[in-house]
Amino acid sequence: MTEFHLYMAQRLSALVMAPFVIVHIGVMIYAIQGGLSAAEILGRTQGSVFWFAFYGMFVIAVSIHASIGLRTILGEWAGLRGGMRDGASALIGLGLFALGAQAVWAVTA
Amino acid sequence: MKVARAHPLWLAYILHRLSGLGLALFLPLHFWVLSYALNDAAKLDAFLTLTEMPLVKAAEFGLVFLLAVHLFGGLRLLALEWLPWSAPQKTWAAAAVAGSFLVSTTFLMQAI
Amino acid sequence: MPEQDHLTVTVQRGGPDAPLQPQTFQVPAYDNQTVLDVVSWIQQNSDPTLTYRFACRVGMCGSCAMMVNGVPRWTCRTHVGKVSKGGAIEVGPLRNLPVIKDLAADMDPFFDKWVAAEGMHHPTRTRHDAIEAIDPVASDRQEANAGIECINCSVCYSACDTVAGNPDYLGPAALQRAWTLFNDAKDADRDTILDAVSGKGGCHSCHSMGSCTTYCPNELDPLSAILGLKRATAKRFFGGRK
Repeated sequence: MTEFHLYMAQRLSALVMAPFVIVHIGVMIYAIQGGLSAAEILGRTQGSVFWFAFYGMFVIAVSIHASIGLRTILGEWAGLRGGMRDGASALIGLGLFALGAQAVWAVTA
Repeated sequence: MKVARAHPLWLAYILHRLSGLGLALFLPLHFWVLSYALNDAAKLDAFLTLTEMPLVKAAEFGLVFLLAVHLFGGLRLLALEWLPWSAPQKTWAAAAVAGSFLVSTTFLMQAI
Repeated sequence: MPEQDHLTVTVQRGGPDAPLQPQTFQVPAYDNQTVLDVVSWIQQNSDPTLTYRFACRVGMCGSCAMMVNGVPRWTCRTHVGKVSKGGAIEVGPLRNLPVIKDLAADMDPFFDKWVAAEGMHHPTRTRHDAIEAIDPVASDRQEANAGIECINCSVCYSACDTVAGNPDYLGPAALQRAWTLFNDAKDADRDTILDAVSGKGGCHSCHSMGSCTTYCPNELDPLSAILGLKRATAKRFFGGRK
């Protein structure tokens, strides 16, 4: 994985996420009307193939995007270099994916 | 010597970086709370009632702001990097997108 | 007549063995005076051990750049009246480069990165061939022309926070050089240029903060050159032509 490939992965995951984020903001504005409840959220999402695919792809894209972004910040602002930095950002990506996958499963299964 | 750097593009850069960092730090918490839905919907509800507190409401506003800022900042970067347009064209395109987003979101908030 | 008859000039002094320390000098103020004039006055009248670098004094050679009140500037073309704050200025060596002594920065990393970015000519012809005719209005040529007036002063390199955080980053000047060569009809090896700027510290490390373009004394636009390289590498990735 070269710097260029990381750059492309960062930009392509951003392109994938742009429509997701717009829908996500729209759903948030819609959902908070009259307060949030677990029943309301789960009523919308549980058993829905659409929301499973939507949030599933969102989680994959954000794990890639955030881990590459944090890798840059770890290098520029925390002075991490080489394998330490790559290892840390890979762990962050995997951790975000695991937590995100669990959350998607929890609200859509 | 204090370095002078506060010009518009630098401010756009620092806003994009800090909003991205903030969102990345918030995500694990977001996922963790949602995963309570799996085996303890009551606990999720307990968390969700917190969202009625003014302080949490303010924090939510902050998070949505971070997300929106990072979205538009990111679209700006993608246009800057990949579209062979002139700088004024890009400025107008960004203004048009932000403006239409504002109008349509206002409409949505009125409609529901 | 100037408002005050003296300027208070703080100079950052030191070197590899001694951390930079501010030293303050009182310098006579004149109506027309550049920052380089002020530094020279100190060296000639107050402290002959003050070290700094200059050559042409007319904005051609790119050797006199220093930090002035936190902004990297070509000091020979920087009027004191434009930068002084209440009759005070602070001068230091260029940021993001090792200091040799006082105001003289070590330019080696800056020039090494020009070479690393393939900022060198890859000829299409030999000396035995006729000279290639260049169309001055071709769009490639216009792109190349936009960047060729660089005087290698390293102001952009010092202005860039990405350079500050990422020692591998090639920096705006070297990448702009690569972009001019990439657009030069007389350059035979565009793929080598794209390879050189796609590696560690290449154009993809840039965050488009644009301090290079904001502070370039020759009003060049390295930011757009770097964006051009990003676009060219992405196009190549998707299998498109240049």
